[in-house]
Amino acid sequence: MKTYVIIGGGVAAVGCVEGIRSVDKGARIVLIAGEGRLPYCRPLISYYLEGKTDFEKMKYRPEDFYTENSVEVVYDTAVSVDPASRTVALGGGGTVKYDAVCLATGSRPFVPPIPGLENVTRKFGFMTEEDAIALDGAIYPGCRVLIVGAGLIGLKCAEGLCGRAGSITVCDLAPRVLSSILDGTASSLMQACLEEHGVRFMLGDTAESFLPGVARMKSGVDVAFDVLVLAVGVRANVSLAKDAGCEVGRGIAVDTHMRTTVAGIYAAGDCVEAEDASGGGRRVMAIMPNAVIGGRCAGVNMAGGDGTFDSAVPMNAIGFFGLHALTAGTYEGELYEEKGERTLRRFYVKDGYLSGFMLIGAVDRAGIYTSLIRNRIPLDTVDFEALRKAPSMRGFSSEYRREHMEGWK
Amino acid sequence: MKRVTVHEEWCLGCHLCEYNCAYANSGIPDMVKALKGKRIFPRIKVEDGGTPGSVTFAVSCRHCPDPICVKSCISGALSKRGGAVTVDRSKCVGCYTCILVCPFGAISTDGDGAVLKCELCLSNGAGTPACAAGCPNGALTVEDIDIPEG
Repeated sequence: MKTYVIIGGGVAAVGCVEGIRSVDKGARIVLIAGEGRLPYCRPLISYYLEGKTDFEKMKYRPEDFYTENSVEVVYDTAVSVDPASRTVALGGGGTVKYDAVCLATGSRPFVPPIPGLENVTRKFGFMTEEDAIALDGAIYPGCRVLIVGAGLIGLKCAEGLCGRAGSITVCDLAPRVLSSILDGTASSLMQACLEEHGVRFMLGDTAESFLPGVARMKSGVDVAFDVLVLAVGVRANVSLAKDAGCEVGRGIAVDTHMRTTVAGIYAAGDCVEAEDASGGGRRVMAIMPNAVIGGRCAGVNMAGGDGTFDSAVPMNAIGFFGLHALTAGTYEGELYEEKGERTLRRFYVKDGYLSGFMLIGAVDRAGIYTSLIRNRIPLDTVDFEALRKAPSMRGFSSEYRREHMEGWK
Repeated sequence: MKRVTVHEEWCLGCHLCEYNCAYANSGIPDMVKALKGKRIFPRIKVEDGGTPGSVTFAVSCRHCPDPICVKSCISGALSKRGGAVTVDRSKCVGCYTCILVCPFGAISTDGDGAVLKCELCLSNGAGTPACAAGCPNGALTVEDIDIPEG
C-alpha cells in the first residue's frame, strides 16, 4: 500500500486529500498538522473577532471528513524531508516514509525588525486561530489599537475590532490602503468606508521605533497605543523544500502539475509560486481558491492520476461594512473605467484578452469577468462592450452557452 | 440526479420562473403573501435584451461537475452532495469569493450577508425545481441524469 504524506494543516492539505482519494481509495494518507488543530478557514478569524462565527463553524471540513477519508492526522511539525530515503522527519521524533509528499506549509507573518518592538508586551500577529484568541483576550473597551499594515489582513483585523476598541489607527508605508490589489481611486473608496466607521489612517508613514506604549512614526509623530497588531506581510514557508533540494524563489517553484523540481515532492498553497495565467509571470498567489485547487491537483498526481492546474490567477474578494471590492488578474493594458458615486469598475485589456479588473460597490456576477481571464477567452468572440456595462451570459454566443453551461440546449 | 435544462429558443422572457423560485424559497404557503409588495431575490434570473425579439433565457446554478465555487469558498459553506451544490447559510460570511469565480454569474445575494443560489428545490418543500414546474413554454425542463461528483 502506498503512503502519501501531506505536510501542513491548511486548506491545500484538504484539497490534496480529496485529490488523492479521487484516484486512490485505499492508500495511506498521513496529514501532519503543525497547529494542533484540523484545517480551518483562516480568513474567517476577523469574523470571529466580530462574533459572526465560531471555531466550530470555521472548520473547513466536518470532523468526520478525516475518518471517512481514512486520514491519519498527526499533530506535529515536519523538520525535514529526505528525498533519497523518501522520509519525513517529525519534530516530536520518528519518521514517516512516503511514496509522494505534498508540501502545504503555507506562510508566516513577516515581522519587521523595529527597534523597541521586543519591549511591546501586547503585540499580536493576525493569521491563525491562536492569534485571534490572543488578540480577542487583549481587547477591552476604550483600548487604543495600532495596526501596522493596511493590507488585506490589517484591514480585516481593523473591521473585526471596530466597535470593540476606543480607537483604531492603521499605518502603512504605502501611500494607500490595499496597495497590492487596488490603485489610488479604488483604494480611496475603501479607505473612506473604513474611516466612516471610525478607523484612522496614517498612510505613507509607519512605526520606526517603539517606546513604552508609544510608537514613534517615520514622520516624527508619536502614536500612543495599548494593543499592537503587526500585519506587514507574509513570507512563504520554503525552508523544508529548500533543504530537500527543491528550487525555491519567493515560493516553492511548481509546474502546472504541482510538482517541485525534486521527484516525489509536490507542493501547493500559499508556499508555492506558479505561473500567473493572467500574464503576471511567476509569482506567489496566496489565496484560498488557488490553495484548494492546487492541493487537489497535487493529490491527483501524487496518486498517479493526471491533474493540471494552469489557470491560477491572483484574485481577491474583500469587503468592509458591506462595501465589496472584487479584483482579479493583472492590471496591464488598455483601461476601461466606469465610475459612480460609491462604485468603480475598471477593466484592463491587453492583446485582445481581459487581463484584469477591479470592481468596487457593483460586483454582481463578477465571475463572468474572471472566467474571461482564467479561460483566456478572446474578447473578439464576445460582446465585450455590453459585458463591461453589465456582466451577462448574453454577451457570449449561444454556441458558447451550449458548450459550457451544463444542461443547456 | 435532477437537473434543470435550459432551452433558450423556447424562453418567452416572462420571468415567471423568478417568481416561482422566490415563492418556493420563501417558506410562506401563500404565494400572494410571499411575493406581494416585496422585493424578491430569485436564484434564477432571466436575461433579456430589453428589446422585443431579442433572445431571452434564464440562468441558474449549473451544479457543475467540478464546481469552482465549492473549491473557492473560504468558509466551507458551499459543498456538493448528491449532485447539488448547496450553501450552508450559517457558515457563509458573505465574502463573495463565489461571486468572484462563478463563470455564469449564478450566485447572488439578498443583501443579508450570506449568498443565495439554486439548490434544485431539494430542501424547500417544492420537491421539484419550481422554476421548471411553472415554466409555461417548456423553456426550462427537469431531467434525471447521472452527474459525476466533482
